[in-house]
Amino acid sequence: MTQALNPKLAVKNLNFYYGNFHALKNINLDIREGKVTAFIGPSGCGKSTLLRTFNRMYGLYPKLRAEGEIIMNGRNVLDPNVDLNMLRAKVGMVFQKPTPFPMSIYDNIAFGVKLYESLSKSEMDDRVEWALQKAALWKEVKDKLKQSGLGLSGGQQQRLCIARAVAVKPEVLLLDEPTSALDPISTAHIEELVHELKQDYTIAIVTHNMQQAARVSDYTAYMYLGELIEVGETDSIFTTPKKKATEDYITGKFG
Amino acid sequence: MTLYFRRRLINALSLTLSLAAMAFGLFWLLWILYTLFSNGLPGLGMALFTQNTPAPGSTGGLANAIVGSLAMSSVGVAIGTPIGILAGTYLAEFGERGWLAPATRFINDILLSAPSIVIGLFIYDVYVAQVGHFSGWAGALALSLLVIPVVVRTTENMLRLVPNSMREAAYALGAPQWKMVLQVSLRAAKAGVVTGILLAVARIVGETAPLLFTALNNQFFSNMNQPMANLPVVIFQFAMSPYDDWHTLAWAGALLIGLFVLTLNIIARVLIRPAKSH
Repeated sequence: MTQALNPKLAVKNLNFYYGNFHALKNINLDIREGKVTAFIGPSGCGKSTLLRTFNRMYGLYPKLRAEGEIIMNGRNVLDPNVDLNMLRAKVGMVFQKPTPFPMSIYDNIAFGVKLYESLSKSEMDDRVEWALQKAALWKEVKDKLKQSGLGLSGGQQQRLCIARAVAVKPEVLLLDEPTSALDPISTAHIEELVHELKQDYTIAIVTHNMQQAARVSDYTAYMYLGELIEVGETDSIFTTPKKKATEDYITGKFG
Repeated sequence: MTLYFRRRLINALSLTLSLAAMAFGLFWLLWILYTLFSNGLPGLGMALFTQNTPAPGSTGGLANAIVGSLAMSSVGVAIGTPIGILAGTYLAEFGERGWLAPATRFINDILLSAPSIVIGLFIYDVYVAQVGHFSGWAGALALSLLVIPVVVRTTENMLRLVPNSMREAAYALGAPQWKMVLQVSLRAAKAGVVTGILLAVARIVGETAPLLFTALNNQFFSNMNQPMANLPVVIFQFAMSPYDDWHTLAWAGALLIGLFVLTLNIIARVLIRPAKSH
């Protein structure tokens, strides 16, 4: 496995357990800064679980535990002393189903920002516009910022969630199957967005859709049954995979 | 084909039976409403709202009873609602671990099904008997004990309907739990929680038993420190009396309560609808 020059997240000997079930087995991997890393693999292979260790989402539930190291900015994310709220300010997440809060579009964006910064009204207005611009949603919603976020279409809701994550100015964006609940046009919107966003953010995306991984990512990691089978540049993973298992999955012989 | 016809037969049979069951229920409800209206409408008039409960043989209205019922119900809801919402929120959002939440839920379920006369006797024993007289406060207190379990239950249930993904999304932004609960969960469950409060009001405005031992009754307007007139007890006393004009007033009171509860239920229906539509 090629070691990246400047990893944003360095995963070292990571093991994860759901109670007694060993869900991630000794994962070693670098997420490179300013790049898009895609995680592919059949259902239950642990790709979402891996993503949810990066911002310690698993900590919400009892009986889940992670061992090993995930180094970000020189600190182990899994260290119990890490301030979870500050970690999540740096590592944003967008989920499979759009999850707009039951409040206005404006307040959806402002919710996260208010947790960390006290901005004046005009500064907040600017930040909301900036985030919606980033998520390519500004043009569609600029005249209805006071309307409920629940009134948007599914694809718009998902872009609202991306804007909400971006507004906090994180360093890493985790996208957990962000398009699996969306139609093809909305999916195309989100994929374009991922291209735009990687100028500023390090992105990790979990996807069921191999074509999507090929389209949006610089690096691809193939996982199977809790193990990282192969990781490398997306082009080489899809054209000349080193492992037979990866080739079988990518060519559709399996999974 | 025989299997297909069998299925159609069973379908037709179940449909007929369920329609019959609905008609049966509706029949009694409509009969009750008809009786209420036909007996209550003659008593309905301005005097009902402007004059106090009369002595037998003289004319009067239900003004003091209406005001008393509104006052005690309002205070009961004002006491019971905050406690109920706080407890329900605790059960749904904070009580996953430990023994306190299951114990609270169990006790609340008992309170929910406790006969209201027991609640009345309880307040009589701990409050009325201690201060030595019946009062509006005692009545309000008894009613609040009926409000609490209803609000606790609906608040918890409505919060449980909020998808966990919404909570995760708030946590993923780095929100602390209290902020997530206040600004996301409770806001998402707002319509349901308000519905729960309305249903609690609907439950207590017609309660007679808890007021018999606490507020009792009063022929005149009174403050909360004195025995207080209220619709259910007035209806009870007037309906039991041998006087025709009292009967008319009792029916009019019953109609008022019936209409009030019906309105509350309709509002509750309307409120909860947008939450269901997706």
